[in-house]
Amino acid sequence: MSIRRVLIPVFAVVVFLLLWELLVWVNQWPNYKMASPTDIWPAFWKFKHLFLEYGWQTLWRTVVGLLLSIMFGTLIGLLMGMSKVIRDGLYPLLVGFNAIPKATVVPIIALMFVGQHNMNTILMAFMISFFPIAVSVSIGLSTLEPEYRDILRALGASKFTIFRKIALPKTLPEFFGALKVAVTLAFIGTNLVEIIEPHGRGLGHLFDSAKINSDYPLMFAVLIALAVMGIMLYYVVVVLEQIFAGWAERSPT
Amino acid sequence: MSLIRLSSVSHTFSTATGPLPVLDSLDLSINEGEFTAVVGPSGCGKSTLTRLIAGLLIPDEGEVWLHGERVVSPRSTVGMAFQNPVLLEWRSILKNVMLPLEIVSSGMPAKEQEQRARYLLSLVGLEGFEDKRPSELSGGMRQRASLCRSLVHKPDVVILDEPFGALDAFTREDLWQTMHSLREQEPFTALLITHDLRESVFLADQVIVLSGRPAHAQHVLDVDIPGKRTLEDLYTQKATEMLAELRQQIQIAQGKTAVTP
Repeated sequence: MSIRRVLIPVFAVVVFLLLWELLVWVNQWPNYKMASPTDIWPAFWKFKHLFLEYGWQTLWRTVVGLLLSIMFGTLIGLLMGMSKVIRDGLYPLLVGFNAIPKATVVPIIALMFVGQHNMNTILMAFMISFFPIAVSVSIGLSTLEPEYRDILRALGASKFTIFRKIALPKTLPEFFGALKVAVTLAFIGTNLVEIIEPHGRGLGHLFDSAKINSDYPLMFAVLIALAVMGIMLYYVVVVLEQIFAGWAERSPT
Repeated sequence: MSLIRLSSVSHTFSTATGPLPVLDSLDLSINEGEFTAVVGPSGCGKSTLTRLIAGLLIPDEGEVWLHGERVVSPRSTVGMAFQNPVLLEWRSILKNVMLPLEIVSSGMPAKEQEQRARYLLSLVGLEGFEDKRPSELSGGMRQRASLCRSLVHKPDVVILDEPFGALDAFTREDLWQTMHSLREQEPFTALLITHDLRESVFLADQVIVLSGRPAHAQHVLDVDIPGKRTLEDLYTQKATEMLAELRQQIQIAQGKTAVTP
Protein backbone atom coordinates (compact mmCIF):
# COMPACT_ATOMS: atom_id res chain seq x y z
CA MET A 1 0.00 0.00 0.00
CA SER A 2 2.71 2.48 1.02
CA ILE A 3 4.85 1.49 -1.99
CA ARG A 4 1.92 2.26 -4.25
CA ARG A 5 1.50 5.62 -2.57
CA VAL A 6 5.03 6.49 -3.64
CA LEU A 7 5.05 4.79 -7.03
CA ILE A 8 1.84 6.31 -8.37
CA PRO A 9 2.89 9.96 -7.95
CA VAL A 10 6.40 9.19 -9.26
CA PHE A 11 4.92 7.48 -12.29
CA ALA A 12 2.65 10.48 -12.91
CA VAL A 13 5.64 12.83 -12.80
CA VAL A 14 7.61 10.68 -15.25
CA VAL A 15 4.67 10.57 -17.66
CA PHE A 16 4.31 14.33 -17.37
CA LEU A 17 8.00 14.91 -18.17
CA LEU A 18 7.86 12.54 -21.17
CA LEU A 19 4.77 14.29 -22.58
CA TRP A 20 6.44 17.65 -22.06
CA GLU A 21 9.60 16.50 -23.90
CA LEU A 22 7.44 15.07 -26.68
CA LEU A 23 5.42 18.27 -27.04
CA VAL A 24 8.56 20.41 -27.47
CA TRP A 25 10.16 17.86 -29.80
CA VAL A 26 7.10 17.45 -32.03
CA ASN A 27 6.65 21.19 -32.41
CA GLN A 28 10.37 21.81 -32.75
CA TRP A 29 10.06 24.73 -30.34
CA PRO A 30 13.21 26.72 -29.60
CA ASN A 31 14.11 26.88 -25.89
CA TYR A 32 13.04 30.54 -25.57
CA LYS A 33 9.53 29.46 -26.45
CA MET A 34 9.46 26.39 -24.26
CA ALA A 35 12.47 24.65 -22.79
CA SER A 36 12.23 20.88 -22.59
CA PRO A 37 13.19 18.77 -19.57
CA THR A 38 16.44 17.79 -21.28
CA ASP A 39 17.35 21.48 -21.65
CA ILE A 40 16.53 22.18 -18.03
CA TRP A 41 18.66 19.58 -16.35
CA PRO A 42 22.02 20.97 -17.70
CA ALA A 43 20.94 24.49 -16.66
CA PHE A 44 20.16 23.21 -13.21
CA TRP A 45 23.39 21.26 -12.91
CA LYS A 46 25.52 24.20 -14.08
CA PHE A 47 24.15 26.48 -11.34
CA LYS A 48 23.56 23.85 -8.70
CA HIS A 49 25.43 25.77 -5.98
CA LEU A 50 23.23 28.82 -6.71
CA PHE A 51 20.11 26.67 -6.54
CA LEU A 52 21.19 25.39 -3.15
CA GLU A 53 22.01 28.83 -1.80
CA TYR A 54 19.02 30.69 -3.23
CA GLY A 55 16.68 27.78 -2.71
CA TRP A 56 17.54 27.75 0.97
CA GLN A 57 16.91 31.52 1.18
CA THR A 58 13.52 31.14 -0.45
CA LEU A 59 12.66 28.12 1.67
CA TRP A 60 13.46 29.50 5.12
CA ARG A 61 11.75 32.80 4.45
CA THR A 62 8.67 31.00 3.16
CA VAL A 63 8.58 28.72 6.19
CA VAL A 64 8.97 31.62 8.62
CA GLY A 65 6.18 33.52 6.83
CA LEU A 66 4.05 30.42 6.99
CA LEU A 67 4.67 29.98 10.71
CA LEU A 68 3.58 33.57 11.24
CA SER A 69 0.43 32.89 9.22
CA ILE A 70 -0.33 29.85 11.30
CA MET A 71 -0.03 31.82 14.53
CA PHE A 72 -1.83 34.93 13.36
CA GLY A 73 -4.41 33.07 11.23
CA THR A 74 -5.26 30.69 14.06
CA LEU A 75 -5.61 33.59 16.49
CA ILE A 76 -7.91 35.56 14.17
CA GLY A 77 -9.81 32.35 13.38
CA LEU A 78 -10.27 31.66 17.10
CA LEU A 79 -11.62 35.13 17.74
CA MET A 80 -13.97 34.96 14.76
CA GLY A 81 -15.05 31.43 15.60
CA MET A 82 -15.94 32.22 19.18
CA SER A 83 -17.62 35.60 18.77
CA LYS A 84 -20.20 36.46 16.16
CA VAL A 85 -19.59 40.16 16.74
CA ILE A 86 -15.91 39.83 15.91
CA ARG A 87 -16.76 37.63 12.94
CA ASP A 88 -19.19 40.15 11.49
CA GLY A 89 -16.74 42.96 12.11
CA LEU A 90 -13.62 41.32 10.71
CA TYR A 91 -14.91 39.50 7.65
CA PRO A 92 -15.28 42.52 5.34
CA LEU A 93 -11.85 43.78 6.40
CA LEU A 94 -10.21 40.41 5.80
CA VAL A 95 -11.93 39.85 2.46
CA GLY A 96 -11.02 43.35 1.34
CA PHE A 97 -7.43 42.86 2.36
CA ASN A 98 -7.27 39.52 0.62
CA ALA A 99 -8.79 40.95 -2.55
CA ILE A 100 -5.90 43.40 -3.03
CA PRO A 101 -3.49 41.89 -5.59
CA LYS A 102 -0.38 41.27 -3.54
CA ALA A 103 1.93 42.33 -6.39
CA THR A 104 0.74 45.90 -5.81
CA VAL A 105 1.66 45.69 -2.15
CA VAL A 106 5.28 44.72 -2.85
CA PRO A 107 6.51 48.25 -3.70
CA ILE A 108 4.60 49.63 -0.75
CA ILE A 109 6.24 47.42 1.84
CA ALA A 110 9.58 47.86 0.04
CA LEU A 111 9.27 51.61 0.65
CA MET A 112 7.96 51.14 4.16
CA PHE A 113 10.86 49.03 5.30
CA VAL A 114 13.70 50.03 2.99
CA GLY A 115 16.48 47.48 2.85
CA GLN A 116 14.80 45.02 5.21
CA HIS A 117 14.80 42.34 2.51
CA ASN A 118 14.28 39.34 4.73
CA MET A 119 11.51 41.00 6.65
CA ASN A 120 9.74 42.23 3.51
CA THR A 121 9.82 38.78 1.99
CA ILE A 122 8.60 37.07 5.12
CA LEU A 123 5.90 39.70 5.53
CA MET A 124 4.58 39.06 2.03
CA ALA A 125 4.61 35.27 2.48
CA PHE A 126 2.66 35.83 5.66
CA MET A 127 0.16 38.34 4.25
CA ILE A 128 -0.75 36.18 1.30
CA SER A 129 -1.22 32.96 3.24
CA PHE A 130 -2.96 33.68 6.56
CA PHE A 131 -6.43 34.23 5.10
CA PRO A 132 -7.41 30.59 4.38
CA ILE A 133 -6.14 29.56 7.81
CA ALA A 134 -8.18 32.23 9.60
CA VAL A 135 -11.32 31.41 7.63
CA SER A 136 -11.09 27.65 8.10
CA VAL A 137 -10.39 27.84 11.83
CA SER A 138 -13.30 30.22 12.32
CA ILE A 139 -15.65 28.02 10.29
CA GLY A 140 -14.48 24.94 12.16
CA LEU A 141 -15.26 26.57 15.50
CA SER A 142 -18.51 28.29 14.56
CA THR A 143 -20.01 25.14 13.06
CA LEU A 144 -19.41 23.05 16.17
CA GLU A 145 -22.73 21.35 16.95
CA PRO A 146 -24.18 22.67 20.23
CA GLU A 147 -24.57 19.11 21.58
CA TYR A 148 -20.77 18.73 21.70
CA ARG A 149 -20.56 21.80 23.87
CA ASP A 150 -23.54 20.76 26.03
CA ILE A 151 -22.06 17.36 26.85
CA LEU A 152 -19.11 19.01 28.53
CA ARG A 153 -20.90 22.12 29.79
CA ALA A 154 -23.43 19.95 31.60
CA LEU A 155 -20.49 18.46 33.51
CA GLY A 156 -19.43 21.91 34.63
CA ALA A 157 -16.39 22.02 32.31
CA SER A 158 -14.77 25.42 31.81
CA LYS A 159 -14.75 27.16 28.43
CA PHE A 160 -11.06 26.43 28.14
CA THR A 161 -11.59 22.71 28.79
CA ILE A 162 -14.32 22.58 26.15
CA PHE A 163 -11.98 24.31 23.73
CA ARG A 164 -9.06 22.01 24.46
CA LYS A 165 -10.99 18.73 24.54
CA ILE A 166 -13.44 19.35 21.71
CA ALA A 167 -13.22 22.53 19.65
CA LEU A 168 -9.49 22.38 19.00
CA PRO A 169 -9.22 18.75 17.85
CA LYS A 170 -12.44 19.02 15.88
CA THR A 171 -11.06 21.96 13.91
CA LEU A 172 -7.77 20.25 13.03
CA PRO A 173 -8.89 18.66 9.71
CA GLU A 174 -10.11 22.03 8.42
CA PHE A 175 -6.94 23.64 9.67
CA PHE A 176 -4.72 21.21 7.77
CA GLY A 177 -6.82 21.58 4.63
CA ALA A 178 -6.22 25.32 4.78
CA LEU A 179 -2.54 24.83 5.56
CA LYS A 180 -2.10 22.89 2.30
CA VAL A 181 -3.44 25.91 0.42
CA ALA A 182 -1.39 28.31 2.53
CA VAL A 183 1.87 26.46 1.78
CA THR A 184 1.65 27.15 -1.94
CA LEU A 185 0.40 30.69 -1.38
CA ALA A 186 3.36 31.45 0.88
CA PHE A 187 5.75 30.46 -1.95
CA ILE A 188 3.96 32.87 -4.25
CA GLY A 189 4.40 35.61 -1.66
CA THR A 190 8.11 35.00 -1.23
CA ASN A 191 8.74 34.94 -4.95
CA LEU A 192 6.67 38.03 -5.64
CA VAL A 193 9.07 40.04 -3.52
CA GLU A 194 12.13 38.26 -4.89
CA ILE A 195 11.10 38.94 -8.50
CA ILE A 196 9.48 42.37 -8.27
CA GLU A 197 12.01 43.88 -5.87
CA PRO A 198 15.11 41.80 -6.57
CA HIS A 199 17.58 42.15 -3.77
CA GLY A 200 20.03 39.46 -4.75
CA ARG A 201 18.42 36.73 -2.68
CA GLY A 202 16.20 33.74 -3.31
CA LEU A 203 15.14 31.77 -6.34
CA GLY A 204 13.08 34.75 -7.53
CA HIS A 205 16.32 36.65 -7.95
CA LEU A 206 17.84 33.75 -9.88
CA PHE A 207 14.79 33.78 -12.14
CA ASP A 208 15.15 37.50 -12.69
CA SER A 209 18.84 37.31 -13.57
CA ALA A 210 18.15 34.38 -15.93
CA LYS A 211 15.60 36.57 -17.67
CA ILE A 212 18.08 39.46 -17.96
CA ASN A 213 20.71 37.09 -19.39
CA SER A 214 18.19 35.46 -21.74
CA ASP A 215 19.01 32.08 -20.21
CA TYR A 216 15.66 30.50 -20.94
CA PRO A 217 16.38 26.96 -19.75
CA LEU A 218 17.55 28.46 -16.43
CA MET A 219 14.23 30.31 -16.07
CA PHE A 220 12.38 27.05 -16.50
CA ALA A 221 14.76 25.32 -14.11
CA VAL A 222 13.90 27.88 -11.42
CA LEU A 223 10.20 27.23 -11.96
CA ILE A 224 10.75 23.50 -11.57
CA ALA A 225 12.84 24.04 -8.44
CA LEU A 226 10.04 26.13 -6.94
CA ALA A 227 7.53 23.44 -7.81
CA VAL A 228 9.70 20.77 -6.18
CA MET A 229 10.05 22.85 -3.01
CA GLY A 230 6.32 23.43 -2.94
CA ILE A 231 5.69 19.70 -3.23
CA MET A 232 8.20 18.98 -0.46
CA LEU A 233 6.59 21.43 1.94
CA TYR A 234 3.15 20.15 1.01
CA TYR A 235 4.14 16.63 1.98
CA VAL A 236 5.55 17.87 5.26
CA VAL A 237 2.05 19.20 5.96
CA VAL A 238 0.54 15.88 4.87
CA VAL A 239 2.75 14.00 7.33
CA LEU A 240 1.81 16.41 10.14
CA GLU A 241 -1.83 16.00 9.20
CA GLN A 242 -1.60 12.24 9.43
CA ILE A 243 -0.01 12.50 12.86
CA PHE A 244 -2.42 15.04 14.34
CA ALA A 245 -5.62 14.59 12.36
CA GLY A 246 -5.23 11.12 10.88
CA TRP A 247 -8.51 10.11 12.53
CA ALA A 248 -10.45 12.26 10.07
CA GLU A 249 -9.42 10.05 7.16
CA ARG A 250 -11.89 7.23 6.69
CA SER A 251 -10.57 4.00 5.35
CA PRO A 252 -12.39 3.17 2.12
CA THR A 253 -14.84 0.34 2.64
CA MET B 1 -38.33 13.32 48.83
CA SER B 2 -38.11 13.61 45.11
CA LEU B 3 -34.72 13.79 43.45
CA ILE B 4 -35.75 16.30 40.81
CA ARG B 5 -38.47 18.84 41.36
CA LEU B 6 -39.62 21.64 39.08
CA SER B 7 -42.06 24.06 40.67
CA SER B 8 -44.08 26.41 38.44
CA VAL B 9 -41.26 26.85 35.95
CA SER B 10 -41.89 29.33 33.14
CA HIS B 11 -39.48 30.27 30.43
CA THR B 12 -39.65 32.61 27.46
CA PHE B 13 -37.14 32.86 24.63
CA SER B 14 -36.64 36.14 22.89
CA THR B 15 -36.50 35.50 19.15
CA ALA B 16 -36.19 37.71 16.10
CA THR B 17 -39.97 37.64 15.77
CA GLY B 18 -40.64 38.57 19.39
CA PRO B 19 -40.93 36.72 22.69
CA LEU B 20 -41.68 33.01 22.49
CA PRO B 21 -43.04 31.49 25.69
CA VAL B 22 -42.06 27.80 25.81
CA LEU B 23 -42.84 26.69 29.33
CA ASP B 24 -45.72 27.91 31.46
CA SER B 25 -45.82 27.07 35.18
CA LEU B 26 -44.58 23.53 34.67
CA ASP B 27 -44.58 21.27 37.71
CA LEU B 28 -42.77 17.99 37.68
CA SER B 29 -41.24 15.62 40.16
CA ILE B 30 -39.03 12.59 39.69
CA ASN B 31 -38.11 10.18 42.46
CA GLU B 32 -34.71 8.60 42.87
CA GLY B 33 -34.31 5.51 40.74
CA GLU B 34 -37.36 6.32 38.69
CA PHE B 35 -37.48 6.34 34.90
CA THR B 36 -39.60 9.20 33.62
CA ALA B 37 -40.55 9.72 30.00
CA VAL B 38 -41.74 13.07 28.66
CA VAL B 39 -43.86 13.11 25.52
CA GLY B 40 -45.60 15.97 23.81
CA PRO B 41 -46.23 17.68 20.50
CA SER B 42 -43.24 18.81 18.41
CA GLY B 43 -41.66 22.05 19.55
CA CYS B 44 -43.46 22.08 22.88
CA GLY B 45 -40.32 22.73 24.88
CA LYS B 46 -39.15 19.22 25.71
CA SER B 47 -35.53 19.99 24.98
CA THR B 48 -35.77 23.23 26.95
CA LEU B 49 -36.84 21.11 29.88
CA THR B 50 -33.69 18.98 29.62
CA ARG B 51 -31.50 22.07 29.49
CA LEU B 52 -33.17 23.44 32.61
CA ILE B 53 -32.57 20.27 34.58
CA ALA B 54 -28.97 20.10 33.36
CA GLY B 55 -28.45 23.65 34.57
CA LEU B 56 -27.53 24.81 31.07
CA LEU B 57 -30.45 27.21 31.19
CA ILE B 58 -31.90 29.09 34.14
CA PRO B 59 -35.69 29.58 34.03
CA ASP B 60 -37.21 33.06 34.04
CA GLU B 61 -39.64 32.04 36.75
CA GLY B 62 -39.97 29.10 39.09
CA GLU B 63 -37.34 26.82 40.52
CA VAL B 64 -35.51 23.65 39.57
CA TRP B 65 -34.34 21.49 42.44
CA LEU B 66 -31.94 18.59 42.26
CA HIS B 67 -31.12 16.59 45.39
CA GLY B 68 -32.62 19.33 47.55
CA GLU B 69 -30.38 21.97 46.00
CA ARG B 70 -31.54 24.68 43.67
CA VAL B 71 -30.03 24.36 40.20
CA VAL B 72 -28.48 27.65 39.16
CA SER B 73 -25.56 26.45 37.06
CA PRO B 74 -24.38 23.27 35.33
CA ARG B 75 -23.45 20.56 37.77
CA SER B 76 -21.37 17.50 37.26
CA THR B 77 -24.08 15.20 38.57
CA VAL B 78 -25.95 15.03 35.28
CA GLY B 79 -25.33 12.76 32.30
CA MET B 80 -26.64 13.53 28.84
CA ALA B 81 -27.27 11.61 25.64
CA PHE B 82 -28.82 13.06 22.49
CA GLN B 83 -30.34 11.84 19.24
CA ASN B 84 -26.97 12.58 17.66
CA PRO B 85 -24.48 10.43 19.63
CA VAL B 86 -21.86 13.24 19.34
CA LEU B 87 -18.91 10.94 19.89
CA LEU B 88 -15.51 12.52 19.40
CA GLU B 89 -14.15 11.10 16.15
CA TRP B 90 -10.52 11.44 17.21
CA ARG B 91 -10.94 9.27 20.27
CA SER B 92 -11.41 5.53 20.56
CA ILE B 93 -14.74 4.30 21.90
CA LEU B 94 -13.11 3.63 25.26
CA LYS B 95 -11.65 7.15 25.46
CA ASN B 96 -15.01 8.59 24.45
CA VAL B 97 -16.73 6.85 27.31
CA MET B 98 -14.00 8.03 29.69
CA LEU B 99 -14.44 11.69 28.74
CA PRO B 100 -16.78 12.72 31.60
CA LEU B 101 -14.44 11.10 34.13
CA GLU B 102 -11.56 13.27 32.90
CA ILE B 103 -13.61 16.31 33.85
CA VAL B 104 -15.57 15.20 36.87
CA SER B 105 -13.30 12.65 38.52
CA SER B 106 -9.89 13.84 37.46
CA GLY B 107 -8.55 12.52 40.76
CA MET B 108 -9.61 8.97 39.92
CA PRO B 109 -6.65 6.82 38.85
CA ALA B 110 -6.55 6.30 35.08
CA LYS B 111 -6.64 2.56 35.61
CA GLU B 112 -9.94 2.79 37.50
CA GLN B 113 -11.42 5.17 34.95
CA GLU B 114 -10.61 2.67 32.24
CA GLN B 115 -12.06 -0.25 34.20
CA ARG B 116 -15.27 1.64 34.79
CA ALA B 117 -15.62 2.47 31.08
CA ARG B 118 -14.80 -1.07 30.02
CA TYR B 119 -17.37 -2.44 32.45
CA LEU B 120 -20.15 -0.25 31.05
CA LEU B 121 -19.19 -1.07 27.47
CA SER B 122 -19.42 -4.76 28.31
CA LEU B 123 -22.92 -4.20 29.73
CA VAL B 124 -24.19 -2.77 26.44
CA GLY B 125 -22.52 -5.46 24.33
CA LEU B 126 -19.60 -3.41 23.03
CA GLU B 127 -16.90 -5.69 24.39
CA GLY B 128 -14.13 -5.92 21.81
CA PHE B 129 -14.95 -2.55 20.27
CA GLU B 130 -13.13 -0.45 22.89
CA ASP B 131 -10.29 0.53 20.57
CA LYS B 132 -12.40 1.22 17.48
CA ARG B 133 -13.08 4.71 16.25
CA PRO B 134 -16.70 5.91 16.28
CA SER B 135 -16.71 6.01 12.47
CA GLU B 136 -16.09 2.25 12.42
CA LEU B 137 -19.30 1.52 14.36
CA SER B 138 -22.93 1.33 13.27
CA GLY B 139 -25.46 3.94 14.37
CA GLY B 140 -26.89 1.69 17.06
CA MET B 141 -23.44 0.87 18.44
CA ARG B 142 -22.52 4.54 18.53
CA GLN B 143 -25.67 5.26 20.50
CA ARG B 144 -24.78 2.45 22.93
CA ALA B 145 -21.39 4.06 23.49
CA SER B 146 -23.09 7.41 23.98
CA LEU B 147 -25.30 5.87 26.68
CA CYS B 148 -22.22 4.51 28.44
CA ARG B 149 -20.67 7.96 28.36
CA SER B 150 -23.76 9.47 29.97
CA LEU B 151 -23.57 6.92 32.81
CA VAL B 152 -19.86 6.58 33.40
CA HIS B 153 -19.55 9.18 36.16
CA LYS B 154 -22.55 7.76 38.08
CA PRO B 155 -24.69 10.87 37.64
CA ASP B 156 -27.69 11.60 39.84
CA VAL B 157 -29.83 11.79 36.74
CA VAL B 158 -29.35 10.78 33.12
CA ILE B 159 -31.07 13.00 30.61
CA LEU B 160 -31.88 11.21 27.38
CA ASP B 161 -33.05 13.56 24.63
CA GLU B 162 -34.55 11.27 21.98
CA PRO B 163 -31.50 9.00 21.96
CA PHE B 164 -33.19 6.35 19.81
CA GLY B 165 -34.96 8.74 17.44
CA ALA B 166 -32.64 8.27 14.49
CA LEU B 167 -32.38 4.48 14.66
CA ASP B 168 -34.29 1.92 12.65
CA ALA B 169 -37.15 0.12 14.39
CA PHE B 170 -35.29 -3.13 15.16
CA THR B 171 -32.17 -1.44 16.45
CA ARG B 172 -34.39 0.76 18.57
CA GLU B 173 -36.09 -2.22 20.17
CA ASP B 174 -32.68 -3.77 20.83
CA LEU B 175 -31.61 -0.62 22.61
CA TRP B 176 -34.79 -0.49 24.67
CA GLN B 177 -33.87 -3.90 26.04
CA THR B 178 -30.31 -2.75 26.60
CA MET B 179 -31.69 0.13 28.66
CA HIS B 180 -33.57 -2.30 30.88
CA SER B 181 -30.59 -4.54 31.44
CA LEU B 182 -28.42 -1.48 32.12
CA ARG B 183 -30.85 -0.33 34.79
CA GLU B 184 -30.76 -3.75 36.38
CA GLN B 185 -26.96 -3.78 36.67
CA GLU B 186 -26.48 -0.11 37.31
CA PRO B 187 -29.58 1.57 38.77
CA PHE B 188 -30.00 5.20 37.71
CA THR B 189 -32.62 7.92 37.57
CA ALA B 190 -33.55 8.90 34.05
CA LEU B 191 -35.52 11.50 32.20
CA LEU B 192 -36.28 10.43 28.64
CA ILE B 193 -37.59 12.79 26.00
CA THR B 194 -39.26 10.88 23.20
CA HIS B 195 -41.79 11.02 20.38
CA ASP B 196 -42.41 7.31 20.51
CA LEU B 197 -45.32 6.40 22.78
CA ARG B 198 -44.46 2.69 22.71
CA GLU B 199 -40.95 3.54 23.78
CA SER B 200 -42.22 5.63 26.69
CA VAL B 201 -44.51 2.85 27.90
CA PHE B 202 -41.85 0.16 27.50
CA LEU B 203 -39.11 2.06 29.30
CA ALA B 204 -40.70 4.37 31.83
CA ASP B 205 -42.24 4.14 35.27
CA GLN B 206 -44.17 7.34 34.65
CA VAL B 207 -44.99 9.15 31.43
CA ILE B 208 -45.59 12.89 31.51
CA VAL B 209 -47.54 14.43 28.65
CA LEU B 210 -46.68 18.06 28.00
CA SER B 211 -49.28 20.38 26.55
CA GLY B 212 -48.66 22.43 23.41
CA ARG B 213 -46.48 25.52 23.69
CA PRO B 214 -46.22 27.13 26.23
CA ALA B 215 -46.05 23.77 27.92
CA HIS B 216 -47.21 22.59 31.28
CA ALA B 217 -47.56 19.04 32.55
CA GLN B 218 -50.93 18.09 31.13
CA HIS B 219 -51.15 14.48 32.17
CA VAL B 220 -49.19 11.91 34.12
CA LEU B 221 -49.51 8.22 33.41
CA ASP B 222 -48.10 5.66 35.81
CA VAL B 223 -46.89 2.69 33.85
CA ASP B 224 -47.84 -0.27 35.92
CA ILE B 225 -46.11 -3.23 34.33
CA PRO B 226 -44.51 -5.18 37.18
CA GLY B 227 -41.45 -7.36 36.88
CA LYS B 228 -38.99 -7.61 34.02
CA ARG B 229 -40.51 -6.15 30.89
CA THR B 230 -40.34 -7.82 27.53
CA LEU B 231 -41.44 -6.55 24.14
CA GLU B 232 -44.51 -8.80 24.44
CA ASP B 233 -45.72 -6.57 27.26
CA LEU B 234 -46.40 -3.93 24.62
CA TYR B 235 -49.04 -6.13 22.99
CA THR B 236 -51.19 -6.79 26.04
CA GLN B 237 -54.61 -5.32 26.62
CA LYS B 238 -53.25 -3.15 29.40
CA ALA B 239 -50.49 -1.68 27.25
CA THR B 240 -52.91 -1.01 24.43
CA GLU B 241 -55.11 0.94 26.81
CA MET B 242 -52.18 2.95 28.11
CA LEU B 243 -51.06 3.76 24.57
CA ALA B 244 -54.60 4.82 23.66
CA GLU B 245 -54.71 7.07 26.71
CA LEU B 246 -51.39 8.69 25.78
CA ARG B 247 -52.44 9.10 22.17
CA GLN B 248 -55.60 10.84 23.23
CA GLN B 249 -53.66 13.16 25.54
CA ILE B 250 -51.25 14.04 22.73
CA GLN B 251 -54.16 14.92 20.51
CA ILE B 252 -55.55 17.17 23.20
CA ALA B 253 -52.11 18.75 23.53
CA GLN B 254 -52.07 19.35 19.80
CA GLY B 255 -55.44 21.00 20.08
CA LYS B 256 -57.06 18.43 17.79
CA THR B 257 -59.62 17.18 20.29
CA ALA B 258 -61.77 19.16 22.62
CA VAL B 259 -61.00 18.44 26.27
CA THR B 260 -63.67 16.04 27.43
CA PRO B 261 -64.35 15.81 31.15
